[in-house]
Amino acid sequence: MAASVAGAAPAIQVRGVRKVFSGSEGEVVALDGIDLDVEPGELVCLLGPSGCGKSTLLNAIAGFSPPTSGTIVANGRAVTAPGPDRAMVFQEYALFPWMTVEKNVAFGLEMARVPARERRERVDALLGMLNLREFRDRFPKDLSGGMRQRVAIARVLAIDSPMLLMDEPFGALDALTRRNLQDELLRIWAKLRKTIVFVTHGIEESIYLADRVVVMTYRPGTVKRIVPVTLPRPRDPAAPEFNALKREISQMVMEEQARHAQAEVGGATAD
Amino acid sequence: MKTARSHAARLARQLLVPAIVLVAWEGISRAGWVSPIILPAPSQVLVRWIDYARPLAPYDPAEGSRLRWLFSGELPHDALASLIRVAGGFAVGAVLALPLGLLMGAKPIVYELMNPLVQILRPIPPIAYIPLAILWFGLGNPPAFFLISLGAFFPILMNTIAGVRNVDAIYVRAARNLGASEWTLFWRVMVPAAMPYILAGVRIGFGVAFIVVIVAEMIAVNSGLGYRILEAREYFWSDKVIAGMISIGLAGLGIDVGMNSLNAWLLRWHRGVEG
Repeated sequence: MAASVAGAAPAIQVRGVRKVFSGSEGEVVALDGIDLDVEPGELVCLLGPSGCGKSTLLNAIAGFSPPTSGTIVANGRAVTAPGPDRAMVFQEYALFPWMTVEKNVAFGLEMARVPARERRERVDALLGMLNLREFRDRFPKDLSGGMRQRVAIARVLAIDSPMLLMDEPFGALDALTRRNLQDELLRIWAKLRKTIVFVTHGIEESIYLADRVVVMTYRPGTVKRIVPVTLPRPRDPAAPEFNALKREISQMVMEEQARHAQAEVGGATAD
Repeated sequence: MKTARSHAARLARQLLVPAIVLVAWEGISRAGWVSPIILPAPSQVLVRWIDYARPLAPYDPAEGSRLRWLFSGELPHDALASLIRVAGGFAVGAVLALPLGLLMGAKPIVYELMNPLVQILRPIPPIAYIPLAILWFGLGNPPAFFLISLGAFFPILMNTIAGVRNVDAIYVRAARNLGASEWTLFWRVMVPAAMPYILAGVRIGFGVAFIVVIVAEMIAVNSGLGYRILEAREYFWSDKVIAGMISIGLAGLGIDVGMNSLNAWLLRWHRGVEG
C-alpha cells in the first residue's frame, strides 16, 4: 500500500499550527503551537475535554478549515483543501439520507469514476466486510446508529484512502455498540493498515484503540503530552496495566477539565 | 373482529356531523323556509350534479368509443379545461421558479441581486394582476395561463431558495471529502437534500394555481369549472352553482391526494414524511 511504501516519511506532519476564530466576543485561540507527526499505519487518538480544539485540528488536517498559521503536510502534500486522500468519518455519520446504503458506499467510487462493474464488486466486498449485505437497499433512516456508522466507515473505506480521520465517530452510540465498532475498527485497521487519527473524549476508548494518545490542553489547544500505549492487542480494559494508564491520563484530562471550569466561571478565555 | 367493529365505530363518528348537516339542510329546504334559489335542497343538488356530469346524448357507436361517450358530458369537459389550464400554468411557473430558486439558493451574489425584487413582488396576490393580465394578454387562455403560472411561481421559488440554503453543511463536507466536484455537489447533494422543501413548495404552488384557475375562468374565459358556476348564477341555477363547487372541491382533493402520494414516494428516504 502507498502509505507503507512511503517508509520513513510521516503520513501526517503538523508544524506550528495555530488557529484563531474571531467571533462577536473577540478572538478565541483554538489551537496554538501544535507539532505532531503521525507515522504511516499508526493509530493516534486526540484526547481532551470539549473545547480543547481536537476536532479543530482534525478539520484542519482534513482541509475543511485551514490553520491561521503553521503547516500541515499529509501524504507528502501540503493540505489546502478537503480530498479523498484524507477520508473523514463524522460523529453525525453524514450519510446521504436520500441514497440507499449501497449508493452511499458507492458514492466516492463514482466520484473517482471507477467503472460500474468494479464499483459493484468493491461495494459488495465492503458490505460483506462490515456485515451490511442484507441492508444494502435500506435508507439510512431505517438503520440504527451503529449500522449507520458502519455504512459511513464502508463509504470511506471504498475510496481506499491511505488515512482515516475520525471525529468522535462512536460518541453517539451506546456502550455495547461502541465496543463492537471499536473492535470492528481494530480488525479493519489490522487488515488494511490505514493511518488513523481518531478524535475522542473517552479516555478508555483512546487507550483501547491507540498506538499513541495525544492529550490536549484546554484553550488554547496545545499538545500537553503524548502517551504511547504499548499494551498488546486485544486490550483488556479491566487489566491492571490498562487501569494504571487510565489513571495517569485521567489525571491530565482532569487538570484540563478544571481549567475549563475556571474559564467558564471567569467568563473570559484563558490565554 | 374487534378492530373491524372499532373501524365501523370510527367511520360512524366521522360521518355523524356531515349527515346531521345534510339532513337539517334537506329539512329546511323541503319545509319551504328558504327559497330554493337561495338554498336548494341537497337532493336537488345531487340530481343537478348527475345531470351536469352525465353524457348529453344517448350512446351512439358512430360517435366513437364508449369511453369517449362516457366523458362527453358538460362536467368532464369543464374539469378537463380547468385541469389543462392548471397543468399548463403550473408547468410554466415551475419551469421558471425552479432554476431561479436553485441559483438564488446556491449563489449568494444572485440572491443579493434578486431577493429585493422577489420580496417586493411576492406579497402581491396573483388575483391583483387580473386587470394588468387582461390589458397585456386580452381575454381567453393567455391571461389565465399568466395568472396561474404567477400563482405557482412564488411558492415554488421561495421554498426552493430556502431548501438549498438550509442544506446541512455536513452533507457538503462529506461529499467534498469523498471527492465530489462543484457540479456533482450541486446536483447529487444540494438538490436532493433540498427536495423536501422544494416538493412542499410545489404542493403549495399547485394549490394556489388551482385557486387562481377558478378566478381566472370567472373573468377571462368561457369554459372550465369556474366559468360554469358563474354562468349558472346568471340563470339563478343555485343547484348547479353548488354542484359546480362540489366538483371543484373534488378535483382539488384529487390533486392534493395525488400530489401527496407522489411526494411520499419521492421522499421515501425522508424521516418526516407527512402521511
